[in-house]
Amino acid sequence: MTGGVEAPRVKLRADLSIVADMVEGGSRVLDLGCGDGTLLDHLVHRKNVDGRGIELRQAGVNACVSRGLSVIQGDVDKDLEVYPDDSFDYVILTLTLPAVHRPKEVLGELLRIGRRAVVSFPNFGFWRRRLCAAMGRVPVTDPMRHHWHDSPDIHPCTIKDFVRLCEDLAYVIERRVVLDRDGGVAGLIGRGPLANLFGETAIFLLRKT
Amino acid sequence: MEPSQKPQQAPQGARNGTASPLRTVTLAAERPLRLDCGDDLGPFTTAYETYGRLNEAKSNVILVCHALSGDQYLRAPPKEVADRPGWWEPVVGPGKPLDTERYFIVCVNVLGGCMGSTGPKDTNPSTGKPYGLSYPLITVRDMVRAQSLLLESLGIEELFCVIGGSMGGMQALEWPALYPGRVATAVPVASSARHSAQNIAFNEVGRQAIMADPEWHNGDYLLHGTRPVRGLAVARMAAHITYLSELALQRKFGRALQDRTDFTYGFDADFQVESYLRHQGVTFTDRFDANSYLYITRAMDYFDLAAEFGGSLVDAFKKTTTRFCVFSFTSDWLYPTPESREIVRALNAVAANVSFAEIETDKGHDAFLLDEPEFHKTLAGFLAGAARHHGIRAL
Repeated sequence: MTGGVEAPRVKLRADLSIVADMVEGGSRVLDLGCGDGTLLDHLVHRKNVDGRGIELRQAGVNACVSRGLSVIQGDVDKDLEVYPDDSFDYVILTLTLPAVHRPKEVLGELLRIGRRAVVSFPNFGFWRRRLCAAMGRVPVTDPMRHHWHDSPDIHPCTIKDFVRLCEDLAYVIERRVVLDRDGGVAGLIGRGPLANLFGETAIFLLRKT
Repeated sequence: MEPSQKPQQAPQGARNGTASPLRTVTLAAERPLRLDCGDDLGPFTTAYETYGRLNEAKSNVILVCHALSGDQYLRAPPKEVADRPGWWEPVVGPGKPLDTERYFIVCVNVLGGCMGSTGPKDTNPSTGKPYGLSYPLITVRDMVRAQSLLLESLGIEELFCVIGGSMGGMQALEWPALYPGRVATAVPVASSARHSAQNIAFNEVGRQAIMADPEWHNGDYLLHGTRPVRGLAVARMAAHITYLSELALQRKFGRALQDRTDFTYGFDADFQVESYLRHQGVTFTDRFDANSYLYITRAMDYFDLAAEFGGSLVDAFKKTTTRFCVFSFTSDWLYPTPESREIVRALNAVAANVSFAEIETDKGHDAFLLDEPEFHKTLAGFLAGAARHHGIRAL
């Protein structure tokens, strides 16, 4: 029993793999909304980070702890205030931003606790989601899994919205990667003004000024 | 050259003396242990049991701390001691979460206990009579200090893990706070950093039941050749209810009658639940000393880890290097989840390495003793991950 819990090392999803690349090896990392611990496990075992996680769902927490990860049950909206300033090198928030109650405050907490933050989110400026809205339907992150009434997205945002918020908060965008529909890195388009139209997912590496 | 006082290897299966089947060691022989109450105690006897083998680096030691009514027998005691299973058989053994093929597991009967460690039923050397109430008040911290002395006598300095449920969890919290740097991982289960008013209240009911028994004789019952079995049984009955949940009681007994089809219109144990509690109470008096019950419940009541650190639980864990894994159970109303969360919050406030899992169960506080696959799987995973981190391999 004790010997057999080594987690299988599967290939990371494209967006998580880019997040992982943004994190320096051997650093201290807090992964918010870490789910079943796929990213955290990769960071701990492949990049030798000192990793911790917070997950809302108890089943996810227990899955993480049983694969040897340091994870607690908690709510990103409420449970960050207790952490001291600069206690982590990176605080990561993957695809959870639209689901938090106070995105601006949470973002502020990310860069209070961490020296850097890695934030990924579904871009609601993506053309398919715009098309959905134009057709008179509310777009959701994952139309295969959710409808407007059961989607966790309560604060959808676009790349343009997010960049503006970072400007307001005076955060420096160190890196920005935009993924297209298939999870590939949108090269030229991703860097230009059309990213907000053609990027499905955006990943930002932020730091304080 | 004088022979070494400390054995390099923990004794394997050897028992102190041949008269007693208990494994014991005399501690604090040269210098008495200064207790929190101000008294000095020593020399005193500590009874313990070990499972598995100590590795060469002495890096695979797990100290298990028992709860109020527990003892050192995680697995079945020798037949001469008692004919019953150990209290943590689902958790300790080959291939179990506390894997005896990987770890060296030590469990110590607490100071003040009644399974071989010096307690109120033993002889007070200064009077030649049983201690009774002349036994000094002990605290959870005193228990931990005594455990540290025992480990020292076994040549063990550092712990891979300290783990325990309920009062055992208090010791698992006290250890890294009292001895920072000596504990790699700590696992408090169904426990709290301080005893709540409700917990103190229930303990007081138990103590009053014992002291109201005329056979208690102000603690000197052994001198009178008797024991306050009725009082102790009532104490156990009341406490036992707090270890279960309403749902578990309802499911197990409902309003079912005991070996009868109708009420007796009297005060016999008409209901199964009454019969069950009476049985729990009576069997407990066979194995437990009433004064020990008073002393140990008092130690639990006095426990307030924050108070030991100037009122700040955060300060108790400042600069801790210990990796924590906190467990609670959804239906445990004696040590409810918010009390575990408080520990987790204090640990987060110092950015300590902490995991926290709440286990869904309807079995109440006792769940930590029972077959709870989710708990065992999560615990095994935590320990295996930490063991990998510390380079501990199967023996």
